[in-house]
Amino acid sequence: MLPLNHHLDALLQRKKRESMFSLLKTLWAVFITMFRKRATILYPEERPYIPPRWRGRIILSRDPDGQERCVACYLCAVACPVDCIALQAAADEHGRRYPEFFRINFSRCIFCGYCEEACPTYAIQLTTDFEMSEYRRTNLVYEKEDLLISGPGKYHDYNFYRVAGISIKGKDKGEAENEEKPIDVKSLMP
Amino acid sequence: MSPFVVQLVIVFGILVVVLTIGGMLIWLERRLLGLWQDRYGPNRVGPFGLLQVLADMIKVFAKEDWVPPFADKAVFIIAPAVIVVVVLMSYTVIPFAPGIAVVDLNIGLLFFLAMSSLGVYSVALAGWASSSKYSLLGGLRASAQMLSYEVFMGLSLMGVVMLAGSFNLREIVEAQRTMWFVIPQFIGFAVFFIAGIAETHRLPFDLPEAESELVAGYHSEYSGMKFGMFFVGEYLGIALISALTVALFFGGWMGPVLPPLAWFLVKTFLFICFFILLRAALPRPRYDQLMTFGWKVMLPLSLANLLITGAIILSRKS
Repeated sequence: MLPLNHHLDALLQRKKRESMFSLLKTLWAVFITMFRKRATILYPEERPYIPPRWRGRIILSRDPDGQERCVACYLCAVACPVDCIALQAAADEHGRRYPEFFRINFSRCIFCGYCEEACPTYAIQLTTDFEMSEYRRTNLVYEKEDLLISGPGKYHDYNFYRVAGISIKGKDKGEAENEEKPIDVKSLMP
Repeated sequence: MSPFVVQLVIVFGILVVVLTIGGMLIWLERRLLGLWQDRYGPNRVGPFGLLQVLADMIKVFAKEDWVPPFADKAVFIIAPAVIVVVVLMSYTVIPFAPGIAVVDLNIGLLFFLAMSSLGVYSVALAGWASSSKYSLLGGLRASAQMLSYEVFMGLSLMGVVMLAGSFNLREIVEAQRTMWFVIPQFIGFAVFFIAGIAETHRLPFDLPEAESELVAGYHSEYSGMKFGMFFVGEYLGIALISALTVALFFGGWMGPVLPPLAWFLVKTFLFICFFILLRAALPRPRYDQLMTFGWKVMLPLSLANLLITGAIILSRKS
């Protein structure tokens, strides 16, 4: 629907005339931008503001107890739209799974964050770091020792094995948070 | 020192200063455009990005000097030379300060108008010699635009000539002792300035060479130093029109405290900055709007200005 004054102008056959004055107003408006602060952020002397959930470089984090969180479930590799994650599962002597190798090809990675969304243990996380340039493409393939960090990353208190039902060294079935002890069905008698 | 040596020093001094201005305008335009667009211009290469000019010069010289095989070779090479020669020749008649000018021609203003008419050749020849559709269209548009706007450029200056009584630029500056000609000849100033912008094909009249129109217009096939000559020729033209506006309408080298040459340079600098502000601020009109504006608005204005000025002068005399 055209505005009312457009109809009025058409009715009265008036033309909306552009005058020299509008040009002078434009000139003045651009001229006084001179006195405004410039909007450029002079990288690398000044850094831009990066929000905390910004999707940057991928890392593998550890539990609050210090053991690596990754259980090599392959969910991140499956979720990745460009197939840049490669890993191999292995289990230690107590039955706890861990990745034997974990490789991310950052020349392929699109930093979408799907792997972080898929991970059940908050192991793989995207940080706010983006300064990862390399001169050789082969240097962009990060192995586990490049990805594993010594801290818990963005999620400080989460320990997968405290909330999961699986029994592992130090935790039997039924000892997780909010978990009930398993019931011996043979002792349920009417 | 013999007057010949003094004159030689002045001539070479003016040449060096003018060419330096042409080069520094590269830096100045980019910084000022950035200033008026809420960003920084080049500020990495030297202090405040001043060595950017040097970097650009090195880049332009290092480019391959290629003439398209389908182009008309001799004309292709001559065209950028024509514009630089013509603009530098026009600088010979400008009075920078009392005593500092290359030559004191009695028909100085007419010489400048003749040189600017010759400048149309470079654009037309460049467009034709490139033997490419975009260049030809750009060259055609540029020559038509320059020709049309030249008509009333000359006419608008006739009011100044009538008031000063001479074509000699130094005498025109001298005649502004009592009052700068911009006040009685305001319409003449406006028409001349707009025509000057169209002559140097700067925004808003830069259809012949705008990047988003016609690729790059008449200089699409040019690269390396030939393109550099078009580029610097355009900047020299800006400085020329600014210097002429100052000399004709704003009292030339007259001013209270500073030495005359300093006043001339300051005023010219302000006008150059205004040229750059026009580029930063204004949108580009369509080609037919441009030509309509020239023929239907500017030409009657300049004729009316001429008539009224003539009438007032005659009535004052009698």
